[in-house]
Amino acid sequence: MLRLPPFRYYAPRSLEEALRILSDHGSQARIVAGGTDLYPKMKRRQIEPAVLVSVRRIPELAHLAGTGREGVTLGASLTLARVLAQDELVLAYPALARAFAMVAHPPVRSMGTVGGNLCVDTRCTYYDQTFFWREALGFCLKKDGTTCPVAPGGTRCWAVSSSDGAPVMIALGARLRLVGPRGERTIAAEEFYRDDGIRYLDKEPEEILVEVLLPPQEDWKSTYWKLRRRGSVDFPVLGVAVALRMESGWCREARIVLGAVGSCPKRIREAETLLEGNRLEPDVIAAVAHVVARSVRPLKNTDFLHLYRKKMASVFTQRALRELAGASLMDEASAC
Amino acid sequence: MSGFNVIGKPWPKVDALPKCTGETRYADDLHFPRMLYAKILRSPHAHARIRRIDVSRAQAVPGVHVVLTGRDLPTRFGILPVSQDEEALCVEKVRFVGDPVAAVAAVDEWTAEEALRLIEVEYEPLPALLTMEQALAESSVRIHEYGDGPNIHKLVSLEFGEVAEGFAQADYVREDIFFYAGSTHLPLEQHAAVAHYGPDGRLTLWSSTQTPHYVHRALAKVLGLPPHRIRVIAMPVGGGFGGKSDPFSHEIVVAKLALLTGRPVKITLTREEVFYVHRGRHPVLLWIKTGVRRDGTITAMHVRSFLDGGAYGSYGVATTYYTGALQTVTYKIPRYKFEGVRVFTNKPPCGPKRGHGTPQPRFALEVHLDKIAEDLGLDPIQMRRRQIVEAPSLTVNWLRISSCGLRACIDRVVEASGFREKFRRLPFGRGVGFACSAYLSGAGLPIYWNDMPHSGVQIKIDREGGVTVFCGSADIGQGSDSILAYIVAEILGILPEDVRVVTADTDLTPVDLGSYSSRVTVMAGNAAVEAAERLRRLLFRAAAERLDVPEDQLLARERRIFDQADPERGLDFAEAVQLAEARFGTLGAVGSYKPPKAPGRYKGAGVGPSPSYSYSACVAQVRVDPETGFVQVEKIWIAHDVGRAINPRLVEGQIHGSVYMGLGEALMEEHTFHSRLGVHTAPSMLDYKSPTPLEMPEVECFLIETEDPNGPFGAKEAGQGPLLPIPPAIANAVYDAIGVRIDEIPITPEKVLKGLEDKARGGSGRVGPTSIPSLTWPEPIRVEPPPEWRSSGDLT
Ligand SMILES: Cc1cc2nc3c(=O)[nH]c(=O)nc-3n(C[C@H](O)[C@H](O)[C@H](O)COP(=O)(O)OP(=O)(O)OC[C@H]3O[C@@H](n4cnc5c(N)ncnc54)[C@H](O)[C@@H]3O)c2cc1C
Ligand code: SF4
Repeated sequence: MLRLPPFRYYAPRSLEEALRILSDHGSQARIVAGGTDLYPKMKRRQIEPAVLVSVRRIPELAHLAGTGREGVTLGASLTLARVLAQDELVLAYPALARAFAMVAHPPVRSMGTVGGNLCVDTRCTYYDQTFFWREALGFCLKKDGTTCPVAPGGTRCWAVSSSDGAPVMIALGARLRLVGPRGERTIAAEEFYRDDGIRYLDKEPEEILVEVLLPPQEDWKSTYWKLRRRGSVDFPVLGVAVALRMESGWCREARIVLGAVGSCPKRIREAETLLEGNRLEPDVIAAVAHVVARSVRPLKNTDFLHLYRKKMASVFTQRALRELAGASLMDEASAC
Repeated sequence: MSGFNVIGKPWPKVDALPKCTGETRYADDLHFPRMLYAKILRSPHAHARIRRIDVSRAQAVPGVHVVLTGRDLPTRFGILPVSQDEEALCVEKVRFVGDPVAAVAAVDEWTAEEALRLIEVEYEPLPALLTMEQALAESSVRIHEYGDGPNIHKLVSLEFGEVAEGFAQADYVREDIFFYAGSTHLPLEQHAAVAHYGPDGRLTLWSSTQTPHYVHRALAKVLGLPPHRIRVIAMPVGGGFGGKSDPFSHEIVVAKLALLTGRPVKITLTREEVFYVHRGRHPVLLWIKTGVRRDGTITAMHVRSFLDGGAYGSYGVATTYYTGALQTVTYKIPRYKFEGVRVFTNKPPCGPKRGHGTPQPRFALEVHLDKIAEDLGLDPIQMRRRQIVEAPSLTVNWLRISSCGLRACIDRVVEASGFREKFRRLPFGRGVGFACSAYLSGAGLPIYWNDMPHSGVQIKIDREGGVTVFCGSADIGQGSDSILAYIVAEILGILPEDVRVVTADTDLTPVDLGSYSSRVTVMAGNAAVEAAERLRRLLFRAAAERLDVPEDQLLARERRIFDQADPERGLDFAEAVQLAEARFGTLGAVGSYKPPKAPGRYKGAGVGPSPSYSYSACVAQVRVDPETGFVQVEKIWIAHDVGRAINPRLVEGQIHGSVYMGLGEALMEEHTFHSRLGVHTAPSMLDYKSPTPLEMPEVECFLIETEDPNGPFGAKEAGQGPLLPIPPAIANAVYDAIGVRIDEIPITPEKVLKGLEDKARGGSGRVGPTSIPSLTWPEPIRVEPPPEWRSSGDLT
């Protein structure tokens, strides 16, 4: 079998200790939570840290408090399965529940954490491969190489943001609390992501994501639609997260965020503006979907043809909006 | 059947408990003291000459025991005597990304891996031929030096009766071209092998193999050891599906490493390596032309198949013939022409995957017939049903049909599914499709020519009545060990739990050719019947004397031997055993089986004959999302003529597994490669898309029993046949749902949308290949059909 490379493993019991170990080892060190993303990548030698610092024993990261009415705090090291077992939370934040419930498959959800999900590495057909494979094809920019076969001639990496949680957190207006050697900061989820396949997070390597702050949901309605080939296991190759603040049938505020069609989750502001101040009528929905599909530019580095994914951006946006408008979409749920 | 005690009942498998509790030991579970671990260095090039290999740095790594290269194992091997084209480690050339080049034995896998990285190989890259078209066009670049032409492994051309005459008699002639993508077996267990060379000068290999006998022969050949000093033990196999039926490089490599080090050596392939080792479904481009009368009666058929073989021969010659051989065993085809070519390309070698060479032509044939029925305004069921082969009969290509339950199969699924009420009547987006198929119950000929039995069984019996059955067959999860136990228990009148089964050990068990071509139940089963009956005769003779009852009046059941006329009068089984041993000495019996001689006498007649053919009919119901192109299979109704279900539960298990595998091929599985470099684009279980349980539809099975005269208790095969109708039934259902023909497997969402968009623009909506490579076919071997077909020209 593929073997993990040797590494030193620390399991600190406090944030201070974790930060100290991280800064002691600098770029050699890496944070690990459930390891469901990191360990397979280490086996394939995509990431080769000499030191791993587990965050799972740090009490602050296991925090879970609040309600949909007052807002919820989700500790970064809670497993997805644990979050999904919170009925109240599932009801209050349906988009989040949908997204987490569609991550991978049950064993991964039992190990994988909220923080790990939000920090999950970007993915690419040319990168998520073994060392042997990458050597046979020629190493790429993201690891060990100097060119990008996806966009030859370019200087940037187009690896795909593949977290189901990320677009939803942005749509819900979540804030993230990070603690690092230079102190603490709380930022909007949207600011956490960068449009760069390699440096995809706006985060220092030693910074720890401590918790996610979900705002009160009040009049917000939300949903998440995910494209993947199979009903389980697969990463998203398109995610559509929509949150709308509705007032007696009128959309007052909208957030539409597309996942897995670029290196970071993408807010489609033009589409949001189109919705705001309107009812969810078929022509509005069609116009919004059109703008969404026009605004994304998936490349040939995931499952499915890239043009198909672009087309589906429109279909899935329509379905998400129709669902929020109250249509029963049982018949269409199969492609989600 | 009331007449039986064991046969026909849903007994648990004999190995069910150890498998459920995790006690079963697979090859990778074996651990020996002082064991070393092997790893194989593989080629990063699709096609290259090996200029130089320097292993000195690898050899110097502490913990490394031996580094091997091709020079250490220069003898070529391969499963078929006509295609001995593999080297355990490539000597001069590599032919695909993943071809083995060097191997290391070290104290652990980390050390072995580190050493691999230090082996320096200098390659001279050669042009990579990655498609059949390229390989046929570039005759100056040769992947192999042998074959029927430049990069042509095998060319076949056979004509049975005058097809031109048949087409002339047709009222309607239709041609179609289909493509069926390559796919892999995806067993959960990755191949593993352990070798040990003892101080007694004997080599033992434990391996996850379906064919220990063939591995035994290949090891003897490549290692140059006398076969009696080699013992091959097939461990319980965690899924084979044809992917573990060749002798493999890694088996030979660990054996050689064990010879050189005197220590046990183990190798377990990574999942990625399993994709390179492959031997999966051949991608097949297939052209088919059929002439029919106005009522759909077939007057002639002509098939051309192009097989993309990958880099080595494997079973490919047989596969090539199989793409042409079995079209004739479902419907009466009075004149038939088959041309087939297998092309070498610089990709992992294809081989036998469940259905071996027949799902591709079956897909083509059943969709093609559906189109013909529609063109002529005929009921697709009735059109097929009217021309089902007779039993007994000989097909135009000399295959002997001994039993055929296809009509009953069709009737069961058509009725159960409500096909007639649904066909062309469901709302847009929903549809039903129908297809039939047939498969062989074991290849009629062995892989290397010989006159010996294909399967042997030996039975030993102890004084307390315990029975041990020895047979070379390998249980790969299909339940062949259990079948042996049921059959012997039935005949001796004991219970399956009284029987111990020892299989797949070349030192202990008589030869069985292996678990391929759906042969084991029929062949090892018949051998077991013979051995058990011989033993029963001894027991009856002794019991008859003691009970003073005529032998032919005795019955063995429920662990007793008794007088049918007076059941009180009898003996315990163990008592009878003791009497017989006292009377005849040590008890034991052997049985063996060789299939009936194939009636065909032409070159190529060796592929296709079988003791019997199983039949299946299937209705698939699908829902197609016209916006996303997703196809959801809602339900499968499938009836399978299994001759007799020795254990109905196992048969249903095989059917469910076949449906699953057929579903994956129909909708998503596909081997894809980088177009220039030939690197497999998805060598992992995450990226190679195979359905999850969520995609699995409800399956309703019907078992049809025709009691075949050549099967043990009338049994035929169940392991492969039920896969065949699934892809065409789904394709036909997709057409019924949205009016778009996807003549290309897999039917992906992208293709469905492409078809719908084409149709919306006024096109036909068909998606699929439109041409076949031009190729000069050799003059066909003209074969006179069996007498009953010769007059069929006068049918008019
Ligand atoms: C087969 C398979 C399928 C998958 N499918 C999906 C899918 O459909 N959708 C999806 O979103 N994901 C998927 N994943 C990815 C992953 O398993 C999940 O996203 C999971 O939630 C990651 O959490 P983890 O705790 O295991 O992360 P880890 O592997 O522990 O960490 C992931 C990354 O986050 C960093 N990190 C973790 N915690 C913190 C923290 N508190 N602060 C700072 N950095 C941190 C790590 O350094 C690492 O870079 C899949 C994985 C597999 C193996
Ligand atoms: S987008 Fe290019 S650079 Fe980035 S991972 Fe893929 S191949 Fe490598």
